[in-house]
Amino acid sequence: MSAPVYNFAYLDEQTKRMIRRAILKAIAIPGYQVPFASREMPMPYGWGTGGVQITASILGPDDKLKVIDQGSDDTTNAVSIRKFFVKTAGVETTTKTNEATVIQTRHRIPEQALTEDQVLVYQVPIPEPLRFLEPRETETRRMHALSEYGLMHVKLYEDIARHGHIATTYAYPVEVGGRYVMDPSPIPKFDNPKLSDSPALQLFGAGREKRIYAIPPYTHVKSLDFEDHPFEPYRHDAQCELCGAMNSYLDEVITDDAGSRMFVCSDTDFCEDRRAAGHHGPQGGPAAAATKEESAHG
Amino acid sequence: MLDITANTPEFDPAYASQAAFRALMECMARPGQIRSLKGVDAPAPFAPATAALIKSLADYETPLWLDPAFAAAPQAAEWIRFHTGAPLVGDPAAAAFALIGNARALPGFAQFAQGTSEYPDRSTTLIVQIEAFSGDAITLKGPGIKTAQRLAATPLPADFAARMKDNRALFPRGIDLVFVAGTDIAALPRSVMIEER
Repeated sequence: MSAPVYNFAYLDEQTKRMIRRAILKAIAIPGYQVPFASREMPMPYGWGTGGVQITASILGPDDKLKVIDQGSDDTTNAVSIRKFFVKTAGVETTTKTNEATVIQTRHRIPEQALTEDQVLVYQVPIPEPLRFLEPRETETRRMHALSEYGLMHVKLYEDIARHGHIATTYAYPVEVGGRYVMDPSPIPKFDNPKLSDSPALQLFGAGREKRIYAIPPYTHVKSLDFEDHPFEPYRHDAQCELCGAMNSYLDEVITDDAGSRMFVCSDTDFCEDRRAAGHHGPQGGPAAAATKEESAHG
Repeated sequence: MLDITANTPEFDPAYASQAAFRALMECMARPGQIRSLKGVDAPAPFAPATAALIKSLADYETPLWLDPAFAAAPQAAEWIRFHTGAPLVGDPAAAAFALIGNARALPGFAQFAQGTSEYPDRSTTLIVQIEAFSGDAITLKGPGIKTAQRLAATPLPADFAARMKDNRALFPRGIDLVFVAGTDIAALPRSVMIEER
């Protein structure tokens, strides 16, 4: 039996050219969703096939790849995508945000500020921010063409009418470069401010929906809001139990069936770096940190 | 006859096209910044970087339009057909990429596909060969630029800044430009804004 032989980074060259042309158009028209001929990948739709196809098309042999799933380097989706590219492209991988040149992410932006030498690739389930308001693609396309975004403001207003505040907590709609309204993928709205004026290029891929879009570096991204209800990022009012961080996005972890819970950083690399630097929270003494280190990274 | 053996060896389809694309992607994301890439030998009037970009981006799906400088060299058209299989078209509005060998005679942008309001991506990308990234600089602003970026390119038509302004007024429609000088490239996506002098 001979081992299966893949082209570098799995995709054939014609597919990469098609995706690369779409990426160039996406960068030239910030926030606009470029249709592309999404391929079937060796993983199901919904597992990041859009992000994987972008990563495969931009990745070179000298790149260092980091993959995160909800901020974590060691969950199933992140581990399997990382292994996929180790196998098909032979690239180096890392869990360190500052060492990576390409970071593929599912639903988080790393806590550590990105640099000009990095590309952030988002996995997007539903790229059309207006889809739940208007199911017809022909109509949403015309709404984008005419910058007709009143309906989105009505949706946010209805939040206020019902709940007293804008209750949208993730996939919070943004306006890119003063033109297109865009779905930032289901990142928590805590991350929205990091979309704007980032030194890194941000690419978004939706495999099932066959769309690619982008935010170039240093592009103003505004979270939609009202003068009397300005946008506010949300964060649990707590500290990370392991590293004591007061400024990171926190996951709530249920610890028993009696309702006990703890908060920990969603960004595992950020949390580990802080603990390595000597910071610790109530449950994250030096001994606890050491055991966590061993079990991390699949 | 086209000497195919003289043109084929050094360009690895996976690695070299990735490197050329990545340089162009960075240029597109950071308008006005100049990057070098590994060129490819191709018949005149091809600059080495133009040939590398065409090999990286063009195939049977991308109609190409050649300006008179390129069209006057049958070897160049033969090279494109052999290496990419891209159809050559006479109508610039039907082209995905336009190759401009004579930047002085840069055709009016309105001749090219500028996309539609619904599909602004259905536009032509112009690859313009210049002599050098030097001369009078224009100042660029917009997405991808932190404060301001200067770009000098020679030769260009005298009304170039005005044309770019008209192009920006069409946004999100419009054309995207890639400048090539030897193995150096820089890009002006349609989102770029030219500062008044």
